[in-house]
Amino acid sequence: MSLDTPLDATAEARRQIEICNACRYCEGFCAVFPAMTRQKSFADGDLTQLANLCHNCRGCYYSCQYTEPHEFALNIPAALAEVRVQSWERLSRPRALAQVFQTQGVAIAGLAVVAMAWFIWALAWLKPAGGAGFYAHLSHNLLVAVFMPVFLLPLVVIAASLRAYWREIGGGRVRLAHLLTALGQAARMTNLSGGHGEGCNFENGDRYTDRRRVFHQLMMYGFLLCFAATASGTLMHYLLDWPAPYGVLTPPKLLGLPGGVMMVIGAAGLAALKLRADPALGAARVWGGEMAFILLLAAVALTGLALFAATGTGLVGALLALHLASVMVLFLLMPYSKMVHGFFRLAALVAEAGKPRPVSGGE
Amino acid sequence: MTDLSATYDLAVVGGGNAALCAAITAAEAGARVLILEGAPKTYRGGNSRHTRNFRCMHRAPMDPLIGSYGEDEYIHDLMLVTKGKTDESLARLAIRSSEECLPWMKAHGVRFQPSLSGTLSLGRTNAFFLGGGKALVNAYYNTAQDLGVTVLYDAQVRHVHRDGDRISHLEVDIADQPVTVNARAFVLASGGFQADLDWLARAWGPAARNFLIRGTPYNRGVVLRDMLDQGADSVGDPTQCHAVAIDGRAPQYDGGIVTRLDCVPFSIVVNKHCQRFHDEGEDVWPKRYAIWGRLVAAQPDQVGYALIDAKSIDLFMPSVFPPVKSDTLEGLAEQMGLDQQALRDTVDAFNAACRPGRFHPTELDGLATEGLPTPKTNWGRPLDTPPFYGYQLRPGVTFTYLGLRVDSHAQVHTAEGPIRNLWAAGEIMAGSILGQGYLAGFGMTIGTVFGRIAGKEAAAHVA
Ligand SMILES: Cc1cc2nc3c(=O)[nH]c(=O)nc-3n(C[C@H](O)[C@H](O)[C@H](O)COP(=O)(O)OP(=O)(O)OC[C@H]3O[C@@H](n4cnc5c(N)ncnc54)[C@H](O)[C@@H]3O)c2cc1C
Ligand code: SF4
Ligand code: SF4
Repeated sequence: MSLDTPLDATAEARRQIEICNACRYCEGFCAVFPAMTRQKSFADGDLTQLANLCHNCRGCYYSCQYTEPHEFALNIPAALAEVRVQSWERLSRPRALAQVFQTQGVAIAGLAVVAMAWFIWALAWLKPAGGAGFYAHLSHNLLVAVFMPVFLLPLVVIAASLRAYWREIGGGRVRLAHLLTALGQAARMTNLSGGHGEGCNFENGDRYTDRRRVFHQLMMYGFLLCFAATASGTLMHYLLDWPAPYGVLTPPKLLGLPGGVMMVIGAAGLAALKLRADPALGAARVWGGEMAFILLLAAVALTGLALFAATGTGLVGALLALHLASVMVLFLLMPYSKMVHGFFRLAALVAEAGKPRPVSGGE
Repeated sequence: MTDLSATYDLAVVGGGNAALCAAITAAEAGARVLILEGAPKTYRGGNSRHTRNFRCMHRAPMDPLIGSYGEDEYIHDLMLVTKGKTDESLARLAIRSSEECLPWMKAHGVRFQPSLSGTLSLGRTNAFFLGGGKALVNAYYNTAQDLGVTVLYDAQVRHVHRDGDRISHLEVDIADQPVTVNARAFVLASGGFQADLDWLARAWGPAARNFLIRGTPYNRGVVLRDMLDQGADSVGDPTQCHAVAIDGRAPQYDGGIVTRLDCVPFSIVVNKHCQRFHDEGEDVWPKRYAIWGRLVAAQPDQVGYALIDAKSIDLFMPSVFPPVKSDTLEGLAEQMGLDQQALRDTVDAFNAACRPGRFHPTELDGLATEGLPTPKTNWGRPLDTPPFYGYQLRPGVTFTYLGLRVDSHAQVHTAEGPIRNLWAAGEIMAGSILGQGYLAGFGMTIGTVFGRIAGKEAAAHVA
């Protein structure tokens, strides 16, 4: 069974999903199985949507009576993971970037090194005359000039990807209620609960654990806190005319410190789980890219925290280069790395919320 | 490495639901338990891993079951399908005990889900396992492991050595090496013999070689045969098996639930000579699906063909393999290897016998044909709207009825009396309760109830 080309992966997922649709034993695990009962045959777009609904909890692998060596050879988590990653690659522009960075951890690391070198160069040569804190090393205007496009351009690319996604899956009109439903599910990661609330089968064989959900939420909320910290700093800078550096009891620090700690714990946990989990139940070819992405998040958080700890010392310059470089790579790669899963996942949940509730198949 | 020179308190033969319930119960009572599962680990759990629910009595709503399902209604349902061929006291024991099984199962790791789509009619009577039977089996293996139960896979029991009124030891092939296993008590939970096609052929005649086996290839009845040869009391008709009509393209073994076809009520079904042979619309499908295995088994070459048109293709659960499809009847006949003219004649005659009227797919609509030697008494609509679809049907065996006779303590007997340290649970003794017919979800109920009884009795015996 080869999963090399897009056609193969979609055809293989279709073969497997059609078996599930005649079985339905896994209906209680997640949103994928109820969603599939709406149809008897599956267009490519239907499979893209099912694949992006799947959270790779692996419940449906360990409880499937048709896994290898059975001739039906079911491995839904792997089949959907491959379709999912391919949809991210196919729907992003330029595709080649996604193909490289989704797969190659080395490429992510390489880009980080380049970014780092650039910042070290910039710190050495573009050192401003005045400014306090970071801004003593790199002027505010330069930071904005660099990070504005680095942040906004990837978002534009992602928006285009999501549009293409919506067209491919035949998504309907989005209402506020659908969005709220989807956000609620993402906030609680309902689809990783296993349906019984005891979690998934990610790293501990057929035993359920909640670790992946916990670490993922630490990461996600940690990231959001850090993002809010940056946003609050921006607002304070422009609206209150209150430039950095900020003290411990200001919003950027109150949000950013716990956020950074949560991200570090989350990343360490996710990386450890990934090492224990069976790669054959995911998209094995992107393992390196996914791992590098986790490490990149860890790097962003660790360098951020280190920078705070080093305030006033001679290490600030070097740490600043490291931190800014990792943040830059994270942003640049938003459309081309595992980061994009959040956007697609949310879109899939919104699309699912907009569809009629699955009805019984009739007996 | 497992030390097999040691004497275990209890050796359990088999690794499905009944075996696990017995092992867990005995281990919780303090016994040192060994499970001998004949299948490799990837195929552990026998037919239990193909199941989806068990039938559970409950006097009030009990998650995930709605409403109530009392003892009397339950036994009434059972008597209806077995046509009275039931040991009523054992059946009532199973039914009454089923109510406490649900919380016990939850406490030992089994998780439930609301009735699956397409099975709403069972939402009151049957509790569905989240993830199906394999998830249940996994949960029990984990619980057993946590209780210190030893599990050996690839451990095929060949001989249960009887010494008067006791069992002394087992002869087992473990990964093809002969080993003697000693224990003080034994529970047999190794299922039926349906995977032994020779045995089926001896009982049914050569036609049985064309049967497909819906479940595990490992239930070959080796232990059952061995016990019967040593004079154990038997029960159940050796010539009977439960068979349903399944997709003819299903694998020889282990096709499981997905190979079932729910299209018959909306089809016309012909044999290889293009002749209809039974009323396809006799009753709602859940009440009729179990007779079609035998009906097809009685046709030449044990094969049938269900034909549907575009009007009806979406009225039933999707099939695992797509149907054969053609814009003409002749094209369909050709693809299915049927005679074109003969099929045309049968369909024309059928269509001419259809009468106008209200068609209602989910209830007995009385839309009957008129004047046919084999009528279709409900859902009788002409086959006239292309594209046409076809499925080949073959008999798929679910289980056999012949088993060991047990008493209400799950103890195995011979003509001279009970075997003091031997109990049986699950399909190997289900014939003690089910003489014929089948009630959806009762197999797992029998296994759970009698597995727990066997485990408790065995533990008490060695305590
Ligand atoms: C497709 C399908 C669907 C079904 N669905 C349902 C359902 O939804 N609800 C329900 O109640 N019932 C259902 N049944 C029936 C149900 O599977 C059985 O009643 C039940 O599983 C019997 O449990 P058991 O433990 O006795 O046997 P099994 O689960 O079959 O276990 C027998 C075990 O013994 C082992 N074994 C066999 N021979 C030897 C040997 N010589 N030495 C060592 N080990 C041996 C096997 O490997 C196996 O592990 C279904 C059956 C099939 C085929
Ligand atoms: S994964 Fe296996 S058990 Fe689950 S619905 Fe699909 S076929 Fe059935
Ligand atoms: S891996 Fe988990 S989330 Fe994905 S389809 Fe299976 S049960 Fe659903």
